Order: sequence, then structure tokens, then C-alpha cells
Amino acid sequence: MSRLPFYIIVAMLMVVGIAMSIHRHIEFEVPWTPGEQRQVWDIEAQVTFDGNGEPARVNMALPSSQPGFRIVTEHTASPGYGLSFEEKGGARRAVWSTRSAEGDQRLYYSSQLLVTNDANKTMSTPPSPPVQDIVWQRPYDTAAQQVIDQAWARSADAFTFAQQLLGEFTDDQQGENARLLLTQFDRVPLLVRLLNQAGVSARDVSVLMLESGRRRQSLTPWVQVFDGEKQALFNPATGEQGRPDNLLVWEGAGDSVLEVEGGSNSHISFSMLVRNQSASAAVRTQQAKDSDTLLNFSIHSLPLEEQALFQTILLIPIGALVVVLLRVLVGLKTSGTFMPVLIALAFIQTSLLTGLIGFLLVVAVGLVIRSYLSHLNLLLVARVTAVIITVIAIISIFTVAAYRFGLNAGLTITFFPMIILSWTIERMSILWEEEGPKEVLIQGGGSLLTAVVAYMAMNNPWIRHITFNFLGVQLILMACILLLGSYTGYRLLELRRFKPVTED
Amino acid sequence: MKNWTSPGKLRARGIIGMNRRNIRYIGRYNDRRLYPLVDDKLQTKLLAQKYGITTPELIGTVTTQFGVKHIAEMLAGHNGFVIKPAKGSGGKGILVIERVEGKHFIKPSGAELEIDDVERHVSNILSGLYSLGGSPDVALVEALINFDTSFAAYTYEGVPDIRVIVFKGYPVMAMMRLSTAVSDGKANLHQGAVGVGIDIASGRAVRGVQFDRPRIDHPDTGHELASLHIQGWDTLLELASSCYEVTGLGYLGTDMVLDRDHGPMLLELNARPGLAIQMANGEGLRGRLELVEQQPEGVPVAERVAFAQREFARQGELQSEEALEAVVS
Repeated sequence: MSRLPFYIIVAMLMVVGIAMSIHRHIEFEVPWTPGEQRQVWDIEAQVTFDGNGEPARVNMALPSSQPGFRIVTEHTASPGYGLSFEEKGGARRAVWSTRSAEGDQRLYYSSQLLVTNDANKTMSTPPSPPVQDIVWQRPYDTAAQQVIDQAWARSADAFTFAQQLLGEFTDDQQGENARLLLTQFDRVPLLVRLLNQAGVSARDVSVLMLESGRRRQSLTPWVQVFDGEKQALFNPATGEQGRPDNLLVWEGAGDSVLEVEGGSNSHISFSMLVRNQSASAAVRTQQAKDSDTLLNFSIHSLPLEEQALFQTILLIPIGALVVVLLRVLVGLKTSGTFMPVLIALAFIQTSLLTGLIGFLLVVAVGLVIRSYLSHLNLLLVARVTAVIITVIAIISIFTVAAYRFGLNAGLTITFFPMIILSWTIERMSILWEEEGPKEVLIQGGGSLLTAVVAYMAMNNPWIRHITFNFLGVQLILMACILLLGSYTGYRLLELRRFKPVTED
Repeated sequence: MKNWTSPGKLRARGIIGMNRRNIRYIGRYNDRRLYPLVDDKLQTKLLAQKYGITTPELIGTVTTQFGVKHIAEMLAGHNGFVIKPAKGSGGKGILVIERVEGKHFIKPSGAELEIDDVERHVSNILSGLYSLGGSPDVALVEALINFDTSFAAYTYEGVPDIRVIVFKGYPVMAMMRLSTAVSDGKANLHQGAVGVGIDIASGRAVRGVQFDRPRIDHPDTGHELASLHIQGWDTLLELASSCYEVTGLGYLGTDMVLDRDHGPMLLELNARPGLAIQMANGEGLRGRLELVEQQPEGVPVAERVAFAQREFARQGELQSEEALEAVVS
């Protein structure tokens, strides 16, 4: 049996993988390291609506370059639609139009935003003067006036007034008047209205909170307050002033975000992903985008939603490689072959420490309950199902308890794969009964150690950069795993196990 | 680094590791198609009977949960029996009842069970608690082995069994596994049973280990291991070797017991035998396996056994107690 074809396949995988990576490095100027990089946000807006067979016109607000973000590229995908851009008063809008829109319609707008530090650049849209002629119905007029008077007395300028006013409406210190007003009006329009009535120019803006890998997000309304030339953003839910770093103002002129004529059930949702890119590559992308070839086998040619998925999927081979290394070269025992990879994926969501604590808590409590179940003499499938329900109950209780104690980290425990956890508990429990607690510690410890190593590999910025940007690396990984699969040498732990034989 | 050795030293001793065993021997010589023959003890038993190999007497099988209720009728009239899962591995799920006193079933440890406990155990076997991957299983009820009393001093509670590695039909290495209090009467080395390497040529003890560390006596009975000698060794080797023709598996672990009345009996076969046998013999398998690889196919059983006994003869390392004390002092 010749091993030659095997080595040829391995060598081919290696060569192709390396060549693809080098091609991508040279042709698309993707750097090998994530260092010295600018963050680029890819944001994709998806507009959906049901056309009713008539001419349709879709008018959507577009983001502008603003403090913290600069727009690098913009693209739209809307087959069958005419597209024009409008700009008035510093606010940009896209207008799609078609003669006939029938059935499910989908329009895409995507934009790449470079994260910048030019915080002193002001918003380009000028403030609108406060609307004075505001008419309230009874009894809301007195309530509104009282709220305004109260806040006015305790403030010095427009911003402090806005702070006081918003404070009245935050959840934990709502007064009688505020509660009454909220029964009739929506929070953000109400706040703007009150501010305007007090002679403060303000408007509601629609903002997007950027969080990498998020899909199907929607805009949230914030309040923008002007004081002469200065302006400030307020979070209507908490009353806090200031712009968080991950806040992007999508619509800043106080207009609607989306207007659809000739359609119904219109909806807009956002997907986003952050990438690290060198400044030159960011520029280069603009040209490369237009000349997509088959050779540009990058995940970046996919729609953003799929890209966000792939960022995680492409890391799984790294986790699997760690498992192979630790089992074949070191000889660690794990409970369930690839269970540690799934645990490591959960760790990425939860962060390491909370993940470890959560995992140990769930498994420990699960084992105690499982030991009771074993007295009930149940059939296997029913027993594992009972364990699954138990695990869900444990996770729910921990989540609620963590929330009550104000431990937000505890909420991420829900990211654990519950079925996998249940099987882990079942297996460990049987192991405990048959081989004793020592073997449970060995296998459980081995699994956790593997999960931690896999987590550290998968969470490493450089590895994330390489796997996401160079698909050729997957072929190299494949070649490595094939080689490891034919390794006939000793495992590290065997050097210890077989030590006594060499003694005499 | 006191507890570690180097790969070079292991290689010099001819020790094979897990990776090598899996790729070079199991992967190459054991056809996956044949695994069910040895993974299912019922199949192994029927196959062995066809080839005239003695196995413990089969009292009956339980295949359905419904059948569990009738286990009492099946057991009536048997004073001692063993219940085991057909697809169990590593000695899991084996229940030994030494004798029956009225309504009580007595385990070798002296623990008493009711019929309910026995029924629950059988039900657990059927639902796959002890089988690989938790798949539904069949319970075998076998007659108790009356093991040779000459080994009574070497074992604690359990039946000592003999493992012979058969490679391409040649018996390459053998050991006896003696259960201890630590191993809970089970003959599994990693659970604390004592492994005694057996010289292929003579059937005499070569070396003893417990938990991978050398041992010169049995930890519970205190009996020294050096005098261990297996009667009817040649017959046993021929029995083990013939399992190659029976199963077609090239790298095979055969587990046997010596019955007082029926002589050597085949307990079970293993397509993935462990490596601890190297520890018990203080010698690696590699040299022997490579020597056997050079031998032609189609050699009769008797000649293969003779070849192995000629090539793999060993001198015992275990010395009598006086000599050992002299060394220690």
C-alpha cells in the first residue's frame, strides 16, 4: 500500500492553500497581521415590503459622514428599480422607484464606514428652530407645563434642562405627570415636543448601535438637543447625555427613516460586521469591489449577513485542530470528541471567566440532579430528555438570579449549547458510577482544558484575522490535520505512562 | 521530569503507542466489517460454538423489556450465574451472582440483591446503559465459571482471566489479570487489577504490575506472583490462535478463563485490545509484531503456536522472596 498519493494530496492542499493566501495578500493588499489597522464597519440595510402591483417609490434615509465615522463606500442592490440620491439640508436620502412592484420586494443598501478620531467635526445638519405653537389637550397641558416648570427651575441652560426633563421620564423616577403624559404619547416625540415648548430646539434622530456580527437589528430613536452652535445626543431611556463610540446616527434631520408608496408591510433591518483593515487596503477595496473575479474567493463578496455567520464558522476548524493536537499529540482524554469546541464557542460569547463559572455550575448542579434520576430507573432517552429539561431549568434560574443580583455577565450563560451540556452531564454521571469520581475529574478536566485552549486560539485577534481574510488557510489546516491523522509516534502523556517499562 | 521518559527510550524498548496501534495494526489488519462479530458477545459466542471453541454455558438471553419479567423463571434452578450486556465494553454492566439463597442473590462481595434489583439491571442493559453509544442491547445470562482453584490465592473476589494478543494468528503476548479489592472484583487494569505478564513459551509469570507500577505480590491476598503457572498453556494458546480463523481479525485480543471442569474457555474477543499488556510484560510489542508480519499466511495453528513459543520465550523477572529481600537490603 503506497502512501505516495496521500502525500501528494497533502502537498497539493498545502501549495494551493499557500498560493491562495499569497495571492490574496498581494492582489488585495490584505495584511498578514491585524496590527496598525483601522476598524471598518460593514453595514447593510435591508428594506422589505409587499408590492401591490402599482408603481412603487421607496424613500430611505442614508447616513452621512459624522463624528467618529467616515463613509468609504456605498452600494445598493435593487434589481428592477431606478435609483437616485437626494440631498437637502445636509441630509441624504435614497429614492428607489419602479413602475410595477408585485409581491415580496427586497432592496439592499450597504455602506462601509471607517472609524475615525475626528471628534471635533460637527454634525452637518443645522438645528431646526423650535416649534412654538404646540397645543395640548386637557389635562395634558397642565401636566406638561408642570414638568417643564420643574425642570426649568432646576437647570441653567438647554443641556441641563434636557437632562432634568429626561430624568423625569426615566423608568425609576417617573413622577405623576410624566406617567400621565406617557399614557398618551410616545416617549421620544413627547420629549421633543416638551423641549420645543420650552423654547429649546431639539429633534428625534434615528441611531444604530453598532455591535459586530449582529443581524436583523433595528434603529432606535434618540433625542438631539441644540444650544446655539453646540449640540448633544441624549439617550431617551436613561437620560444620559453624550454619544457612545458605537453609535451611528442614521437619520439626523428629524425626518422618517423609510417611506414606501405603493407597498405595504414595509420593514427595514440592519446587519453589521466590523473588520480590521489597513488604511490603504480600505481605499483599495473600493477598486477591487468593482472587479470581483472568481479568484477573489473571499468571504467578503458575500452579503453581510452571511459574512457575520462565516466569521464564526471559519474559526471552527481552528478549534477542531486544537482538539486533534491535544488528543493525538498530547493524549488528553475528553468527554465527547468535539464537545470542547462547542464549549469554546460558547466561551467566546460569554467571556472566559463567566463561561468557566457558568459551565461548572451547570454541570455540577446537573450531576446532583442526575444522580437522583438514576434512582428512578428510567429508559435512556427519557432520562437524557429529563436532563435536558433540568439543564434548561438550571440555566433559567441562574439567569434570573444573576439579573436580580445585577450580574449582567450571568445573562450570557444562555449561549451554552444545552443539548451538548445534557449529554456531557449524562456521560459524566455514568462515568462517575462506573469508574468513580477520579475518572470524571480526568475527563472533565481534559475537556475543560481543551475548551480553554481552543477558546484562546479562536479568540486570538491574529488567528481571527487570518482565518477570516485568507480562505487558503482552511486548505493548509486540512493538510495539517491529514498529516496528524497519520502520526504513529508517541503521545506526550504516554512518555509518562510507559516510563516504568524503561526503568529496569 | 522524574516521571517522564524520552521517545527514544520507548522506541528502544519497542513500546507501541496508541497512535501506532490504531493506524499500523488495528487500521491495517482489522476490517471494520468484522467488528460486529466481536463487539456483540452473543455473536462471538455462537461463532465460537460453530468452530468448536468452548465458551461459558448460555442459560438464556433477554431481548425485550417484556422478557425482563420472566427472568426469574429462566434463573430457576441455577445456583450461580452471570448477566452481561452483549455489546458492553471494558467489563461494564457485568453482574456476577455467586449463589442463590432462597430469595436472595449473593454477589461475590457478599452483597445481597433481590429479584427486583436483578430485573432492574437487565432492564438497564436492554435500554443501552452499558453499550457503546447507548444503543439498545441484549442481556446474556451465562452459567458461572468454576475457575481453577489453583488461582484462588492470586485473586480477590473476581475470576482471573488471561488476555492473549493474537496477531495474524500468532500469539504474540499474554498476561493474566487478577482482580483486587481496589478494582472491585473487576479484571480491568486501569481500575486497579494486577496484570501479570505471562511467558508465551512456558505459561509462567514474567512480571507483575498494578496501576502501571511493578508489583511482586497480590495486594489483597499477599501471595507472591512468581510461582504463578498456567496449566494447559499450549491448549490455551492454540485456542487463542484459532480465533484468527474464526473472526478474520488480524489484531485481536482474546480473553480466556480456565474452568475447573471444562479447561480453557473463551470469554470474549476484543478488536481494540489495550496497550497495558506491554507494561505487564515489561517489553514492547513492536519487535514481536514486526517479526510476525514477515511470516507467510496460511500456517496451521499448531505451527504458529510453536513458532511463537520458540521466538518469544522469556526469563521471569520475578524472583523468590528471599532473593528479593536480599536485593532490597
